[in-house]
Amino acid sequence: MAVEKPIISMRDITKIYHVGGEEVRALDGASLTIRKGEFVSIIGPSGSGKSTLMNIMGCLDVADGGEYILDGQSIEQYSEEELAHIRNREIGFVFQNFNLLSRMTALGNVELPLIYQRVRLADRKEKALAALERVGLADRSGHKPTELSGGQQQRVAIARALATSPAILLADEPTGNLDSKTGEDIMSLFTELHEAGDTIVLITHNEDIARRTQRRIRIMDGRVSEVES
Amino acid sequence: MILQSIRMAWEAITSNKLRSFLTMLGIIIGVVALVVLVSLVNGATGAVTDEINALGNDMITVSIRDDKGSPIRLEDLNELMQDDAVLQAAPAGSMTATAKQGYSDVSATVYGTTSAYYDIQGLALQYGRFLKTTDVDNSSYVAVLSYDTADELFGRQDVVGERITIDNRSFQVVGILEEDDSLFAGLLGGYSIYIPYTVESRMADQPYITSVYVSPAGDTDATEQAVDSYMLARFNQDEDAFSISNMSSISDAMSTITGTLSLLLGGIAAISLLVGGIGIMNIMLVSVTERTKEIGIRKAIGAGRRSIMMQFLIEALMVSLMGCLFGLLLSWLILGIVTAIAGSITFGMSLGVVLLAVGFSSAIGLIFGLYPANKAAKKHPIDALRYEG
Repeated sequence: MAVEKPIISMRDITKIYHVGGEEVRALDGASLTIRKGEFVSIIGPSGSGKSTLMNIMGCLDVADGGEYILDGQSIEQYSEEELAHIRNREIGFVFQNFNLLSRMTALGNVELPLIYQRVRLADRKEKALAALERVGLADRSGHKPTELSGGQQQRVAIARALATSPAILLADEPTGNLDSKTGEDIMSLFTELHEAGDTIVLITHNEDIARRTQRRIRIMDGRVSEVES
Repeated sequence: MILQSIRMAWEAITSNKLRSFLTMLGIIIGVVALVVLVSLVNGATGAVTDEINALGNDMITVSIRDDKGSPIRLEDLNELMQDDAVLQAAPAGSMTATAKQGYSDVSATVYGTTSAYYDIQGLALQYGRFLKTTDVDNSSYVAVLSYDTADELFGRQDVVGERITIDNRSFQVVGILEEDDSLFAGLLGGYSIYIPYTVESRMADQPYITSVYVSPAGDTDATEQAVDSYMLARFNQDEDAFSISNMSSISDAMSTITGTLSLLLGGIAAISLLVGGIGIMNIMLVSVTERTKEIGIRKAIGAGRRSIMMQFLIEALMVSLMGCLFGLLLSWLILGIVTAIAGSITFGMSLGVVLLAVGFSSAIGLIFGLYPANKAAKKHPIDALRYEG
C-alpha cells in the first residue's frame, strides 16, 4: 500500500503564554505528521498542551515557533481573515459541547460553513442534506437543537464539520458530554467515516476512547510522543 | 452574502421579539415625531398659502398715509387705469355700521367701493348683481350682502329687491355673494356689506380715498412699478406719502416663517431619533456580549471578521429601518386622524419627509451599529468559544 501524503506536518512547534509575567511553554517543540485517511487520537491530561495543540492544528491560533504545513500550505502569520478562510475550507470542528446555534434548525446549522464558503442556495441544501444523511439524521433536518437528544446534536455537529468536505475532522472530546452508550454510537460513526476515507483527529483524555483509534499520539508537558500499539 | 446576513439578522431579531420591538420604539417615536411635526407644518403652510393665493396673489394694495393736501379721488383712479400695466383699480373705504331688517340687526363692516372691486378681489355672486359704475356715479343707495349677512338679517339668502337700513339709511339689496367657507372667512369672520364708494365716503365723513386695490394686467412687479411711479408723480416724489404692498410679499414672509418652524421642529425630532440610535447601540452591545459563544462558533467554522461585522451591522440597520417603517405607518395613521378632525386641511406625508426619515434612520442604524459590530468582529475565536454566558 502506497504511503499517503501528509495532511498535517508539524515540526518543532512552540507556543508560549505569558501569565502574570511568567512564561508558560504550552508547546515546547512538538512535532508530528498525520497522513490522509488516518484516524488519530491525541491523548493527554489537562494542562498537557492538548488544547493548545488543537487550537494551532485547527488554525484558531498561530504558533510562536516551528513549522506547520496543513494540506500543502504553510500556516504562518496569516491575518485573521485568512485564517478564517483556511478553517472554513480545511478544518471540520467537532466540540465537546456540540456548539450548535440554538436558533437554527439542524439543516441551518449544517449549512452555516457552506454559507461562509458562499455556496449557492440549492447546492448548499443538497450538500447539507447529504452530510446529515451520512450521520443518519436526514429525517431530523427541520428540528432545532433543543428538540434533539445529546447524541443527535453531536451528529448534527459532525454533519456540520463534514459539510464542506474538509481536509481533517478535528474532534475535541466529542464524547465528553454523552453517556457511554451514546458515546459508543458516536465513536462507531467516526469509525465509519474513517472507513469511508475521512481523516480524523480526536483529542481526548480518555484512554478507552483513544484505543478505538488507529493510532495514538500522547502529549505531555508540551511534547509529543507516539504510543506503540 | 448580504442576503444571508439579512436572513441571519431577521432570525436574531425575531428570536427576541419584545426586546427588538423595545429597541425599535426609540426609532419609531423619533420617526413619528419627525414625520408628523414636519407634515403638520407643511399641511398648515399649504392651506394658508392656498388661501393667500385665493385672495388674489397678484393684488396690489396702496395705502395713502399723507395726501399732502391733494387727496386721491375717483378720477385719479380712472387715470391710473389708463396705464397699460394696470388692469383695474378700486378704492376701498370701510366703516363699521349697524344693519337692520325688521327686528333683526347686525354689526357689519361696510365697504365703500366700485364695480372693479368684484374682479380684483375675485368675488363670486350667488344672487343678483354687484355694484355698477352707475351706482357709484349716482350715489345710489344699493347694497350687496355677504351670504352670512343675508342669512343673519333675513334668515334666507335670496333677498334681492328687499330693503335694509344701514345706520338708519335705507338701502335696496341688489346682490348676494356666494358663501365663503375659506380659512380666512373663518379667521376674519364678521358680516360684510358692499355699497357704492360715493355713498360710503359720505356716511363715514371720509371724502378722500385712503386705500386702493389694483389688479395687474400682466406682471405684478411691472404693475407695482407703474403704480409706484404714478403715486410718486402724484405726491411730488414723496415716498412717505403712501405705501404699496402685495400678497406675494406676505406669502414670502409666511413661507420663511413656516420654513424656519419646520426646520426647528424637524431638528427636535431628529434629536429623538438620535436618542433612539443610542438605544440601538446599547442593545446591540448587550447582544454582542450575550452572543459571544455564537460569534466563537461562527468564527471556528470559517466566518471572518468581515462576515461577523456585516451580520451585526445589518442587524442594527434592520432594527432601525423596521422602526422607521413602523414609524411611517403610525405617522400615516396619525395624519389621517388629524386630517379627519381638522376637516378643511389635508395633512399628507410628502415623499421628501419619507425619504428624510428613511435616510436618517439608515444613517443612525449604521453609525450606532458600527461600534458593536466592530466589537463582535474583533473577538478572538478561542476566547469567544470558551465564553459561557
